Amino acid sequence: MAASTWLIRAVSPRFHRKLSHLRTLPNGFKTLRYCTGTGSSEPDHQDKPRFPGALNSCYTEKLEFDDPEDGGVIPVYRVMGRNGKVYDEALDPKLDKEKIQDLYKKMTLLNTMDRIMYDSQRQGRIPFYVTSYGEEATLFGSAAALSPEDVVFGQYREAGVLLWRGFTLDEFMNQCYSNQHDHGKGRQMPVHYGSKDLNFVTISSTLATQMPHASGYGYALKRAGTGNCVICYFGEGAASEGDAHAAFNFAATLEAPVIFFCRNNGYAISTPTSEQYRGDGIAGHGRGYGIKAIRVDGNDVFAVYNVTKAAREIAVNQSRPVIIEAMTYRIGHHSTSDDSSVYRSLKEVSYWDKEDHPIGRLRQYMENKRWWDSEMEEQWKRDSRQQILAAFSKAEKELKPPVKDMFNDVYDSLSHRLRKQHQECMNHVAKYPEEYPSELHAKDE
Amino acid sequence: MAGVRGLRNLWDSNLLHFTRKIRRLGTIESSNTLQRFCRCASTFSFVPDSPSPFDGETQKLNLFQSLTNAMDIILDSDPTAVIFGEDVAFGGVFRCTVGLKDKYGKDRVFNTPLSEQGIVGFGIGMAAAGATAIAEIQFADYIFPAFDQLVNEGAKFRYRSGNLFNCGSLTVRAPCGAVGHGAHYHSQSVESFFAHVPGLKVVIPRGPIQAKGLLLSSIRDKNPVIFLEPKILYRQAVEEVPVGDYEIPLSEAEILEEGSDVTLVGWGTQIHVLRDVCKMAKDQLGVNCELIDLRTILPWDEETVIKSVLKTGRLLIAHEAPLTGGFAAEISSTVQEHCFLSLEAPIQRVCGWDTPFPHIFEPFYLPDKWRCFEALKKITSY
Repeated sequence: MAASTWLIRAVSPRFHRKLSHLRTLPNGFKTLRYCTGTGSSEPDHQDKPRFPGALNSCYTEKLEFDDPEDGGVIPVYRVMGRNGKVYDEALDPKLDKEKIQDLYKKMTLLNTMDRIMYDSQRQGRIPFYVTSYGEEATLFGSAAALSPEDVVFGQYREAGVLLWRGFTLDEFMNQCYSNQHDHGKGRQMPVHYGSKDLNFVTISSTLATQMPHASGYGYALKRAGTGNCVICYFGEGAASEGDAHAAFNFAATLEAPVIFFCRNNGYAISTPTSEQYRGDGIAGHGRGYGIKAIRVDGNDVFAVYNVTKAAREIAVNQSRPVIIEAMTYRIGHHSTSDDSSVYRSLKEVSYWDKEDHPIGRLRQYMENKRWWDSEMEEQWKRDSRQQILAAFSKAEKELKPPVKDMFNDVYDSLSHRLRKQHQECMNHVAKYPEEYPSELHAKDE
Repeated sequence: MAGVRGLRNLWDSNLLHFTRKIRRLGTIESSNTLQRFCRCASTFSFVPDSPSPFDGETQKLNLFQSLTNAMDIILDSDPTAVIFGEDVAFGGVFRCTVGLKDKYGKDRVFNTPLSEQGIVGFGIGMAAAGATAIAEIQFADYIFPAFDQLVNEGAKFRYRSGNLFNCGSLTVRAPCGAVGHGAHYHSQSVESFFAHVPGLKVVIPRGPIQAKGLLLSSIRDKNPVIFLEPKILYRQAVEEVPVGDYEIPLSEAEILEEGSDVTLVGWGTQIHVLRDVCKMAKDQLGVNCELIDLRTILPWDEETVIKSVLKTGRLLIAHEAPLTGGFAAEISSTVQEHCFLSLEAPIQRVCGWDTPFPHIFEPFYLPDKWRCFEALKKITSY
């Protein structure tokens, strides 16, 4: 045993090769600093650890904890300032006028839809709603940088991605009203959208459960060789779930082309990020999992676009995951069931709404280029409002799905027991017709 | 789950010894000697099924080999199919995936990080993409970290999306049941937790022929299936298994022995216990038992059980899992509802006690043949 150990130690060329590999690691990597530290000429430093759990490490005789507080905070990438001016022309993705106008129109369309739907919930016309105020750039910037065949897993505040891909106002409204045209057959709460055609996997309420799905879906795409990737949106609060850990680790070890897109908007309902984590945000996780990570100004649609486009290249060409942390601010309440003034100041909200809003910033950019003016703004505001109201009243009048849809799709076909239960349900309702809102529902076939 | 790895080698060797012990002891009549010598408390003897003559050529396989054989057929015929879980690449801690990585490549048979919620979540994602995902949870006892993924995600994927998306090509395999010395976390029978979850299917085979046919059906079924494998039978149960591709339908119970006096219902290892009970009943009491292997826990085959009880008028259900909230309760109340006028005695449930699964007390814990026999005497003389 001793002899063989000695033999391995004597083979030094192998060691040199390993060290040169180490030098290719990025700067600032703590271990690298240890390992290439100057002034240590002791022969023991020629000795390289052979522990299988950390083959790239080296020995040190200095007792020093790795301290997250000694600097190394990931910077926030941005392209344009709050005045809509691009800092460096080379960074401008140079999207053409039509595309930018389309981006702006859809961002504002979502904003207007949010206002109308929020109010309609307040009037009791739909039971629940979630707005995207302040996070429009994260959604549209990232969506615009993807291929329509890339598959989207979302959390629930990603309606903008669907809107960019062509989900119609009717489809949004049908889902929120749970009417018979809802793709989800009225089974889920409002804003739990999904579209097979637009490669947007149906939303569920359970936080972060979609994250390992994204890893698995990405792995399947890689095997199928379609050249597509998966993007998985989640909030910074959801990133605390165990599923987030599993998803990062699986995607990294199994080399799945997944973009993990975190909307870090400062709050998980009432919980501020200071009570959510102590590290350097979500992008700070990347290194621990061996995942490339980047932090971006989420109110800067071009910065989000650039970052997502670059991340997509990495995911697809290198078959590895990427973490994007988009820093933003949740201007609206968490949902219609929440009053955020209870746990944060109006002043704070008003800063983001008035002085650093993604829509305002893009509008300034467009006005600087003379691609937009107040007349166009007024016209679009009127048009978009009309479109939404038309879809809204149409969806409201529609019948709800047939009661049979309560029993369908539990399995691919109706089980014996479910068939009996459906019959039992219908017989019962027939006996007490006054007690059930059958007239609101389409008839069972 | 750290303990699992350390146990592995021990486990393998123990199981090997088990088989030999049981075989040798099979000829000894005294149950006392048997129980003293071997801690596997159920003291059943495995009786091989005979393969269907329609399924062609056969080979002698034990349960784990028949499962490997089924997965081999799937990987061979379905290029999207993958197998993954903790330690499956080198063949699995129970040898169920031996040779498959070498044959089909490491992108199709691979290890995952040690995270059950990750394994099932990953599998749901793969299945949503249309790939056939065969996930392994190392022990059913460790399926609970994935409970959320199975219950809230896997089970509801199709329903909540209005059938836009589904994860029907997911199968989760997990070794379950008593093994003699597995204590709390290597012995549990978890089926009833999942029996309460619309959207899942839960399947348990009793031997190699069943395992292969039911696993092939489960993998090809268009719904997420939890496939629970009685680990005590991995090596102990040896049968002539058809070498070809064949399926055994889900949600169909099987009548193993026809009888007119009492209906006995069980699944997995317990079937072999109940088979012994049938013989004891016939020899010692002159009672003819009808033995039914439920095979699929959810959605279960009510019709076969009800029909049998309408004929016999008496029902005994036995399972290893604890009594309270166990699946026997579901069967019992359903049968009571449908066979009220035919029942001549209260339905008997012989189950594990309402305790965690114990280590040294396993012989006193399990619903072994003596406890089942005693309950049987009670209902035949009611």
